[in-house]
Amino acid sequence: MDKWKDNKAWFLVLPVFILVAFSAIIPLMTVVNYSLQDIFGPGQRVFVGTEWFQEVLSDKRLHDALWRQFLFSGLVLLIEMPLGILIALMMPKKGWAASVSLVLIALPLLIPWNVIGTIWIIFTRPDIGLFGAAINSLGTAFDHTARSSDAWITLMLMEVWHWTPLVVLLAYAGLRAIPEAYFQAAKIDGASTWATFWYIQLPKMRGVLTIALLLRFMDSFLIYAEPFVLTGGGPGNATTFLSIYLVKIAVGQFDLGPAAAFSLVYFLIILLFSWLFYQVLQNVGKGEKA
Amino acid sequence: MAKITLDNVAHSYIANPRDETDYALRLIDNIWDDGGAYALLGPSGCGKTTLLNIISGLLTPSKGRVLYDGKDVTDLPPEKRNIAQVFQFPVLYDTMTVFDNLAFPLKNRGFNKEDIKTRVLEVAQILDLTKSLNQKAARLSADAKQKISLGRGLVRSDVAAILFDEPLTVIDPHLKWQLRCKLKEVHEQLKLTLLYVTHDQVEALTFADQVIVMYEGEIVQIGTPQELFENPSHKFVGYFIGSPGMNFIPCKIDGNKAMVNGAGIELDDTTASMANKASENLELGIRPLYLQVHAKEVENSVRASVKTIEDQGNFKIVTVHLSGHILRARLPEGKPTPSENAWLKFPKDWIRLFHNEKLLTHK
Repeated sequence: MDKWKDNKAWFLVLPVFILVAFSAIIPLMTVVNYSLQDIFGPGQRVFVGTEWFQEVLSDKRLHDALWRQFLFSGLVLLIEMPLGILIALMMPKKGWAASVSLVLIALPLLIPWNVIGTIWIIFTRPDIGLFGAAINSLGTAFDHTARSSDAWITLMLMEVWHWTPLVVLLAYAGLRAIPEAYFQAAKIDGASTWATFWYIQLPKMRGVLTIALLLRFMDSFLIYAEPFVLTGGGPGNATTFLSIYLVKIAVGQFDLGPAAAFSLVYFLIILLFSWLFYQVLQNVGKGEKA
Repeated sequence: MAKITLDNVAHSYIANPRDETDYALRLIDNIWDDGGAYALLGPSGCGKTTLLNIISGLLTPSKGRVLYDGKDVTDLPPEKRNIAQVFQFPVLYDTMTVFDNLAFPLKNRGFNKEDIKTRVLEVAQILDLTKSLNQKAARLSADAKQKISLGRGLVRSDVAAILFDEPLTVIDPHLKWQLRCKLKEVHEQLKLTLLYVTHDQVEALTFADQVIVMYEGEIVQIGTPQELFENPSHKFVGYFIGSPGMNFIPCKIDGNKAMVNGAGIELDDTTASMANKASENLELGIRPLYLQVHAKEVENSVRASVKTIEDQGNFKIVTVHLSGHILRARLPEGKPTPSENAWLKFPKDWIRLFHNEKLLTHK
């Protein structure tokens, strides 16, 4: 069991190892490779150490994009998590109504990202868009291409509309998995609706909500297609998030070294925050009081 | 504490029940005395849980009324009925400590902190939970969790009755006995009305003063464990209680003898006279414990062929064929074991006659 050499078990993990190597490790190492060198052309490269990292970390525009990104992800989580739970609580529990509402709720999830952007461009156009025209007819000049606040509002609406259903589905599954006896006991104990939610439903949903929170954080932190299609990062730099800025550096300016260093920092930030969220949620309500 | 009356209660899970088979609970008209310990016994799907939920208020019956001490509570929700229920698996508030779990029903009813504390400490004392009061409830063992569920019922001093829905299902066998003793102790100490649903006859017979046997949505018999064993009023009770259940063989009456395919079994005079009034659909019933098996022919015995013999430790279960009918008998340790043929003796005192599946009585 403790045998490391000549153990046939290694052959059993080999397929997974190869798969992970080609899908994750080798591409990642390539990025590491780029981030440490200055490449002028095929065969012409110079090892530069941590120079790209220093450059990237002191880039003012990157800092701005990072704060913008945190603001965006934070708002997304603050809106989508409670809203998703609320909708899941209100959904019918069984029968045909439950099936119909599940399908309706899941519809936005089936639409491709870039199509979503296009839909919302048209939807919010001040001249012919249903939303844009309606809001303009009320007397406010709403235009997501001209005003950064309008661009943010549109982007948030789009994001919430697109991804809250995921939180709803997960929360709904979590709620349905709670045995009926818990609710019966709560009734007998005279618990209010709020107490039932706080002491039974919410703790029992912890597992699925952790997943929802992690998925929504990672996804919103990596957001690219939607702002790219909707605003292209503008107006000005108002919606230039990390990924948009990264693509500008890597593809627009073809600065592969800084872009690679940027990618690695980006990756580490997501990893760190996902780990933090996971730890916090695992420990909530579990540990003994000190 | 209260006397609970079920006044012609029936329940169907179908919105518009047409005939009797649509009813999960056919017709129950029964009184549960204050301070009694009752066990509801029956196979799965016989309506035990439905009955329990009607009493606790989780279900409103399709027909009839539920009365607590003569007061109609049929339409009252569970939280207004002063009832406590312990479920099949422990239902706890995972994020709370044991103390908070026990205090929860009182907090919800707006008691002040001092009263809550006194009461919780009292109940914890009774249930031996004092040491774990500050622990998270989620970390305790299954039997401790079940005690907490019970404790949430006990903290309310106004509680009328405690209902148990197969509460020992998930408890380890060696702890079942301990927890059952605790329940009895609590009952004796607090004199609460206890209603205990189970499909385990050992549990029912040891726990309760009165056992209610249910079958297909009806109560077939109410009695002490002894009554159920000796005088089952319905074939189902005879078959369901006891391990193995009662033996039944169709018979005809000829004078003071019950004839089974030509073999005559002697009856006592009262039984014979009752039997003479009802000639059709008669069956003779006898408990395996009382059916004597002899290896050699004895006086007044009937010959039967031996099928199998199971050794159960301090006794043997002998299965025999008597003119095409299977009978089981309990053979005490040390008695000679029959090999191919056995002679059966039916003691007069323990023969019961059943007419249309119901016990023949003097009435």
